[in-house]
Amino acid sequence: MTSTVEGRTTAATANGVGASPARPDGTRKVRGEFAYSSDLWHEDMLWGATLRSPHPHARITGVDVSAAVVVPGVHAVLTHDDVPGLNRYGLEHPDQPVLADDVVRYRGEPVAVVAADHPETAQRAMKLIDVTYDELDPVTDAEDAVHGEVAELHPGGNVVRHAPIRRGEQTPQADVIVTGRYEVGMQDQAFLGPESGLAVPDGHGGVDLYVATQWLHVDQQQIVAALGLTPEQVRLTLAGVGGAFGGREDLSMQIHASLLALYTGKPVKMVYNREESFYGHVHRHPATMYYEHGATRDGRLVHVTARIYLDGGAYASSTGAVVGNAATLGVGPYDVPNVSIDCWGTYTNNPPCGAMRGFGAVQAAFGYESQMDKLADACGLSPTEVRRRNAMSEGTVMPTGQTVDSAAPVAELLDRLEAMPLPADPAPAGGTADLRTLPGGVSNTTHGEGVVRGVGYAVGIKNICFSEGFDDYSTARVRLAAVGGEPAVTVQTAAAEVGQGLVTILQQIIRTELGVDQVTILPMDTSIGSAGSTSASRQSYMTGGAVRAAALKVRGALLSHAATRLSRTTAELHLDGGKLASVSDGVLADLVDVLGEAEFDETVEWRHRPTEALDPETGQGNAHVQYGFAAHRAVVDVDVELGIVKVVSLDCAQDVGTALNPQAVVGQIQGGSAQGLGLAVMEEIQTEGGVIRNPSFTDYLIPTVLDMPPMTIDVLELADPHAPYGLRGVGEPPTISSTPAIVAAIRAATGKELLRVPVRPDHIV
Amino acid sequence: MEFVRPDTLEEALAAKAERPGAVPLAGGTDVMVELNYDHRRPEALLDLTRIAELATWSASGGHVRLGAGVPYTRLIDELGDTLPGLAMASRTVGSPQIRNRGTVGGNLGAASPAGDTHPVLLAAGAEIEVASVRGVRRIPAEEFYTGVKRNALAADELITAVHLPTEAAPAEQFSKVGTRNAMVIAVCSFALVLRDGHVGAAIGSAAPTPRRVPDAEAFLAAELPWGTDAPLLDSLKRRFGELVAAATEPIDDVRGTAEYRTHALGVLARRTLTWAWDDHRGSVRACA
Repeated sequence: MTSTVEGRTTAATANGVGASPARPDGTRKVRGEFAYSSDLWHEDMLWGATLRSPHPHARITGVDVSAAVVVPGVHAVLTHDDVPGLNRYGLEHPDQPVLADDVVRYRGEPVAVVAADHPETAQRAMKLIDVTYDELDPVTDAEDAVHGEVAELHPGGNVVRHAPIRRGEQTPQADVIVTGRYEVGMQDQAFLGPESGLAVPDGHGGVDLYVATQWLHVDQQQIVAALGLTPEQVRLTLAGVGGAFGGREDLSMQIHASLLALYTGKPVKMVYNREESFYGHVHRHPATMYYEHGATRDGRLVHVTARIYLDGGAYASSTGAVVGNAATLGVGPYDVPNVSIDCWGTYTNNPPCGAMRGFGAVQAAFGYESQMDKLADACGLSPTEVRRRNAMSEGTVMPTGQTVDSAAPVAELLDRLEAMPLPADPAPAGGTADLRTLPGGVSNTTHGEGVVRGVGYAVGIKNICFSEGFDDYSTARVRLAAVGGEPAVTVQTAAAEVGQGLVTILQQIIRTELGVDQVTILPMDTSIGSAGSTSASRQSYMTGGAVRAAALKVRGALLSHAATRLSRTTAELHLDGGKLASVSDGVLADLVDVLGEAEFDETVEWRHRPTEALDPETGQGNAHVQYGFAAHRAVVDVDVELGIVKVVSLDCAQDVGTALNPQAVVGQIQGGSAQGLGLAVMEEIQTEGGVIRNPSFTDYLIPTVLDMPPMTIDVLELADPHAPYGLRGVGEPPTISSTPAIVAAIRAATGKELLRVPVRPDHIV
Repeated sequence: MEFVRPDTLEEALAAKAERPGAVPLAGGTDVMVELNYDHRRPEALLDLTRIAELATWSASGGHVRLGAGVPYTRLIDELGDTLPGLAMASRTVGSPQIRNRGTVGGNLGAASPAGDTHPVLLAAGAEIEVASVRGVRRIPAEEFYTGVKRNALAADELITAVHLPTEAAPAEQFSKVGTRNAMVIAVCSFALVLRDGHVGAAIGSAAPTPRRVPDAEAFLAAELPWGTDAPLLDSLKRRFGELVAAATEPIDDVRGTAEYRTHALGVLARRTLTWAWDDHRGSVRACA
């Protein structure tokens, strides 16, 4: 079944799966009343501050805190000597110091922390800490880090991971060869809520931490190791999250605030400001990619050979998994018989890079989609035709040897985009068009002069959920009882709601499975088992799957209970809108009456089907659970004399398996597409010698409402039989194809090669 | 840090004389950011928002006196037809929230080379009215900007108003390049005012200070077919663009390269000349 979201008006259960009930946090966020982690407050709390390295690479020769500790109002000044457990943390390898000990490896690395009774006092005391450094040459080029004669930044060298993929002939012959070297700049998640949280000591050596994060339990694991405590002693509760996009998967202030709270015996709050936030979280890996595509004269791919370098910066973070994605998805959503890919993730002295929406697939897509356009040119085909001729589909074998075993409607997505109407022609020069519709907007740079239109297409592929043999699970507890004369359900999970709308989805699932309207989602904390990360487009699949499984157990127990009460068999009973009914006799009783004093309480740990590690030599293996696909058509007007771009339309077709909440699906597609637009034309953390040159929203630009055009969105629902409700993860695919579609459109308008994103005005003129 | 909040201009001038290190605060869109990031820690803040007369404007005899505390939003709404060039520049300042708070006086106080209103003030021949306990004086805009984020104010002076000549049929244009289609700091900017044989032209964000481009102005004043509605030759526009580009003294920075700035200003000069001359031709035809 396929259908457009706009066409759907009814769902099986009111406000159940398939409906679009209002989000509980929506109104409060719009009115500015939502409590974010930066709003946390505790009587008698202290404020923390972090002293950071001014150098990208240096040996610490001395730390003197004596001037800072005597500042009135200062309660603690702590260095690496004060870290009671392991002074290392990290998502994949514990390689990052909680507080630097001998060497600092990036500009902004934490060296000491201060707690004081006022944030200004903490800042002033921090500046009185005297750290002396011997500066070392920074390693700032990822290719040099792999192949060059440079310093080893970590024991074992500068390669975090090398992932080779070998499939088919390794020296194939092809009629047509196109090559290119592509670069992707360092993008930032640019979430609006800065890193923040509140650590409250419990008086018995433990701590409660309230924090905005993406994965409570992996935070907890790293904190207990650093503090030398047990998980029972470190309890985390999710605070209001102001956006994440991957940037909260790594720790920021979690250990620091906990350390200060335990040391002072007082609650400690930490909030980064915008500049510090740029130093306080990982970014998207910058990439340098060398691609060779070989094809027959009629544009059918024979081989893809690629070398991809991902700059992981100073610490590993999730670089290994990002490398796995870029390598396994490196040819894109195409059927390619012969593949040879090498992908490296490296250590350098650049800012640490890790998770960001699209996670390795974004970088590769800029490379392979640029190549597909080159191939189209070389073969005299349209950009859509060359893609259709090579489009993968259900049954295609991936470069890893994995067979795609659910829908992969790549050609259909392109067909649907091409069928959408194009926007009206651009205004002629010297006309009276509304400036806001022109490149430059009200900055009044053109009245149509120099404006050329271009159209571009791109398709992307993303793995959904965790891959490569990771034990990926989520835990959910569902409790049903009568409360105040109504049946009511509470749902407990540790899944981080970061603004994506999971709390709404979980309520919908309960309404569908139990027919109970009143559903309370309890605060997310570590008193229940892990839900895994809010990343990899996985929470609807994983925590949605876990909640559904728990709800089904509750339903089973309830029907047994009801069968006894109503003298029926379980098999003939079903739930229908708060009633118990049988097929033969219709409604038998109100659920609330059947419940009586009984309660049903089930906890489930739920897993997706297992995946396999990649063979380290050949990259073969069934590494991924599910694939998601989106395609974009971008229409741009480029002022070719000034190099200013206006994206006129950015239309998207995406298969979501089943839209659990159609409005939320469309929201994800709009937001992901906007983030891809940002990477295409403006978003980049610029570094020089390892130092960030633009750590502010004045100079790190993200799209405004005048940069992001209205979108036509076509949502396909080709259910995946392996997934709960047939759903397919939604959040990341639209970020992937948006960027190359826009760049393709700019190329079409300007005739420029444009081998790097973001495209800047001086690349065009 | 002291916070001083005078009710009248006299009190404000007295306070400024007493504490020359006090930083005046109007919309706070620059000052508060600097304070929040600890880039600046003045001994005192001098809040001017209670002084009603600073937030007023008046027009008479081909001339507008714009109080230093009139926010951009009001300038756009109330003086958009009278001061079209300044209104165009004001529309490009920040976001609606910033335009509700920010003022031309604040733009002058900060004196950033990238400040949006400076090229228009220069091109229009504005004068900056400043006051102190010693009296009031007017500084021509071209003498106001003395260096990167420095201006000609004495330590005891406050900016009180801007004086601008007005035209019945103004031919004024402002144009600004940014790497985003709204809410962006200028990569470079350009203003052009044509007035009865007189040409004012100025660049922003392309030299240590906003500055006029005298050679380009003189060329245009001599070569334009004033008083006619003849279209302009491409060669004339091109030459004007070259003279503007030659007057730039830009740097490479995070927002753009020097080479791009010079190139872009040549383009902006040609285009704004076309549009301003169209305005001029329109007024000639209306008179005929």
